[in-house]
Amino acid sequence: MEKRILTARFGKIDPLSIDDYIKNGGYEALEAAVKMESDTIIDEIETAKLRGRGGAAFPTFIKLKALVGEKEKTRYIVCNADEGEPGNFKDRHLMENDPHQMIEGMIISAYTTKAKKGYIYIRGEYDHSIAVVREALAQAREKGYLGKNILGAGFDFDIEIRSGAGAYVCGEEFALIESIEGKSGRSRPKPPFPTTAGVFMKPTMLNNVETFANIPHILEMGGKAYAKIGTESSKGTKLISLSGNIANRGVFEVPFGVSVKDAIAKLGRGVADGRKLKMVQLSGASGPILPPEKIDVPIDFDHDIGAGAIIVMDERTDVVDILLRHAEFFEHESCGKCTPCREGNLHLVRLLRKVQAGSATADDLRVMENLADVMINVSLCGLGQSAPIPLATALDGFGDQIRDRLAQTETKENA
Amino acid sequence: MSVLQNILKQNPKSEDYLIETLLSLQDAKDEPCISEEEIADIAEYYGISPTRVSSVASFYTLLSLRPRGKHVVQVCRDVPCYLNGSENILEAVKEALGCDIGETTADGLFTLEETSCLGNCDGSPSVRIGKKTYENLDSQKVKEIISGYREAK
Amino acid sequence: MVELKINNQTVQAEEGKTILEVARENNIDIPTLCHYPDLHIHSECRVCVVEDNWGNLVTACSTTVRDGMEVKTNAPRVLESRRVVTELMLANHDTNCTMCEKNLQCELQRLASNLGIQENRFGSVWEKKEIDDHNPSVVRNPNRCVKCGRCIEVCKEVQGINVIDYMNRSHETSVEPTYGRYLSFEDCTFCGQCSSVCPVAAITEKDETDKVWEVLHDEKKHVIVQVAPAVRVSLGEEMGQEPGSIVTEQMVAALKKLGFDRVFDTDFTADLTIIEEGHELIERVKEGNALPMMTSCCPGWISYVEQNYPDLIDNLSTCKSPQQMFGALAKTYYAEKEGINPEDLFVVSMMPCTAKKFEAAREEMSVIGDDPDVDVVLTTRELGRMIRQMGIEFDRLDKTPFDNPFGITTGAAAIFGATGGVMEAALRTVSEVVNEKPLEKLDFETVRGMNGIKEAEIELGGNKVKVAVAHTLSQARKVAEDVRKGKSEYAFIEVMACPGGCIGGGGQPYGTTNATREERIRSTYQVDSEMEFRKSHENPAIDQLYKEYLEKPLGHRSHKLLHTHYIKRN
Repeated sequence: MEKRILTARFGKIDPLSIDDYIKNGGYEALEAAVKMESDTIIDEIETAKLRGRGGAAFPTFIKLKALVGEKEKTRYIVCNADEGEPGNFKDRHLMENDPHQMIEGMIISAYTTKAKKGYIYIRGEYDHSIAVVREALAQAREKGYLGKNILGAGFDFDIEIRSGAGAYVCGEEFALIESIEGKSGRSRPKPPFPTTAGVFMKPTMLNNVETFANIPHILEMGGKAYAKIGTESSKGTKLISLSGNIANRGVFEVPFGVSVKDAIAKLGRGVADGRKLKMVQLSGASGPILPPEKIDVPIDFDHDIGAGAIIVMDERTDVVDILLRHAEFFEHESCGKCTPCREGNLHLVRLLRKVQAGSATADDLRVMENLADVMINVSLCGLGQSAPIPLATALDGFGDQIRDRLAQTETKENA
Repeated sequence: MSVLQNILKQNPKSEDYLIETLLSLQDAKDEPCISEEEIADIAEYYGISPTRVSSVASFYTLLSLRPRGKHVVQVCRDVPCYLNGSENILEAVKEALGCDIGETTADGLFTLEETSCLGNCDGSPSVRIGKKTYENLDSQKVKEIISGYREAK
Repeated sequence: MVELKINNQTVQAEEGKTILEVARENNIDIPTLCHYPDLHIHSECRVCVVEDNWGNLVTACSTTVRDGMEVKTNAPRVLESRRVVTELMLANHDTNCTMCEKNLQCELQRLASNLGIQENRFGSVWEKKEIDDHNPSVVRNPNRCVKCGRCIEVCKEVQGINVIDYMNRSHETSVEPTYGRYLSFEDCTFCGQCSSVCPVAAITEKDETDKVWEVLHDEKKHVIVQVAPAVRVSLGEEMGQEPGSIVTEQMVAALKKLGFDRVFDTDFTADLTIIEEGHELIERVKEGNALPMMTSCCPGWISYVEQNYPDLIDNLSTCKSPQQMFGALAKTYYAEKEGINPEDLFVVSMMPCTAKKFEAAREEMSVIGDDPDVDVVLTTRELGRMIRQMGIEFDRLDKTPFDNPFGITTGAAAIFGATGGVMEAALRTVSEVVNEKPLEKLDFETVRGMNGIKEAEIELGGNKVKVAVAHTLSQARKVAEDVRKGKSEYAFIEVMACPGGCIGGGGQPYGTTNATREERIRSTYQVDSEMEFRKSHENPAIDQLYKEYLEKPLGHRSHKLLHTHYIKRN
């Protein structure tokens, strides 16, 4: 069921040894890339149908092309390693077990787009990841994979680590860019997109760790072979993070198309302690909450998998408790820039507390649904747009359980 | 040269290094927080207003404008940890420290904070103390870890 | 050009324009709150959402038009979203609207009214916060703040000061100085630009109209008023007329109706400033001393130098501003002349400016005992408020001239209100005094207009002399940096802190934009061109004043009354 491409070297190499990486095929893709035309590389990635692994699923080749097409010659390659969504931890595993494939993917992207500078923005809580990547960069520099005239191919590129400082919102591309610029992580309106005006308002290609890590593998096996893995809409493999009340928590790499149900049963070895499954949440705190009968869905870009988190919750779990905890997360993590997110999350928390306390009315529930709808449609960035998704989906799958928690209406009392 | 001046010199003099500077400064201090004087000095160095510096410092949860204890104990409050008993961990930590969330112990050794997901859900429940994350905790384990810090001072 | 439909109406639009711009060009209004002309677009309030033909709700302020786009500005979804967003703001707002400075002038109130909001489904989460009224100029009331960011933008981007910014995040976000301190402890220059762009009453001028009402009804007090050059081209706007309306004589009539004993013109002391400052410049150029000389009429600029460039204090002209020259002369010369005990004389200023309130309160601005020379400074907005409070029908007022002895003025003084105006007035006088021959052309066009930094070159006694004009403090900073580094090639620099100069001051009518500034500038030069005298040194009343009282420019009395010193701050 697993297909280990990005995780193939996990446990087999010393992540702090670039020699181990090279011995196991590392930097061969880069060696090959620097002998290729930029367009050819982009073609391979287009053929591979590589799409962003951070949740937005945007075709990577379009970003590369956009950057190449910009008049402005100062360009940046940015790796989003600000993995902060509850239930996601696969980027940490990628960085801590095999950091160079991400770096190699960035260097290939830089060669392709003539960018001279890159940033890896790693969340500040990932102390160990930062240490590992820092060492990896130093080793890559020493070996001449970073710096001036890389591999004698006449291009310069270097990468700097930028540490997050405790803000989930910085996983959003423009918030992250603002943070790289030394500002608070408050997003910007789009367009212009980062490929036009990103870091320091210069063209910027920003991708998730896993997306970059895929690039060397695509060049190694060729876009066509890569595109044979997975499903029609979703090519390649996906790293999934299994957590919650599951027997075998961890990161697994599967080809797209494996079902959530199978992943839980086979890789996760089912619900922990033999309990019954109550619900599953995909993508993390911002994803849909599904009842057991709805989890036989493929892991692919058509099914809200986000960055690949699967949180399993057993029969003891109360859906309102979970919704409230998620709402509190978003309330705390909202950057506060746009009204629906700044004020809306506060009210979602208030209203959910009322539901939890049994004092909410049917009117409150209507207000909540209405608010959720406006937040989804009107918020400035992905945080506010996705914060109410668990609520909206739970009302579908667990509406009765939520409505049962409303204050007893007069008619009920009379009855 | 002061600790701050040393840190400022580590990076180019460009205001995009502000967050790096604030983080490094906190790490270099016995108590991880940033003082009003430091805000003013940093602002002057980068040629920006103190308001701009404190605006950034107040945005990020790893940075603190309020004094904190030597060891900041961050208990994850998000769902994956919650599903694995983080509420018990929080209670155990409160008991071990004798203080509530947002408070610092009387000896100035610990500050207790709740944190958003640490990205360590495969080892939940997790707690981060200073720059180290502890995983697969139970009440007993977390108390022992805190005792360890207390004894080591 | 692209073609799109807005509310089923086909419109042509220039590529790159936003939906909001195109809609407004076609007389379709879309409500906004955080959006402000001339400031960057941040799209944070989300009020201006419209529906596109892909079913998305997009913000009209930030979304550019596309060919084939079909926009609905009033679909039910759109209205409902705007309502929810507005209710969310109101839920975290002190909604005691009838007891608010901005009642009926508030953009949030207008928005709520237009959306027909009659109840707030979210209840209130507003918690009372401390109000900062610890300075003479502006009041910061966080209870009214909607976090639209306009004040931050104007303080950071236009003025380059950044004394206020967002603090914290999520619903705890606030807009305040570092550590929530009072503005008076910070590098605030009290320019008041924040107050003029605030859509609500989160930052307002410190309202002192009550003090004025009180003295106007105090029999013992002789209450006189001076009016700054920039007010006559903006008060009309405050009273509902077109931007740039010139209302000098109606304004005087209104002030008389309000009950002022005498209505004088600050233009008079603007002429006096030119004589004093002109001679100061001539002397400095002759001696090569403390050059470039920098103007000192603008209190925002003075505070800025005192706080940020104390090493350049000597470069500032020692001349008081026209407001303070007037105050000093009123409490001495005028009081003597009229036989009034200075203690019974009350001097009010009508200014386009909030920093003038701070200036009048400076310790140095007192020639008789500890009393301030100017007792109260009101902004254009406060003057408008008084006129409305009294129920004066402004449009129907008879034209009334200023009173003497401070009523005869020149075109040179009239242009003090616009960026470049002080420079031009000074050049007219200095050139004729030094070169001892009349100027061929009075208009120095290169120093006029909205460009950030402007230059001119004149010949003085056979030498070529370069001068510069800067407006907004971010532009001033560039000029000051050059002076600090010894790289400045100018002999004389005019700085006004506000965009466009005083006509764009922080106390001017709400809704001031660069477009309205241009209108006021146009009117300012029109006033100048229509004046009998257009050079300060030709003002006969000034001549009279020197003969009667001051003796000579830079003389002993001038030194005592008309010049001042500056203090290093922070």
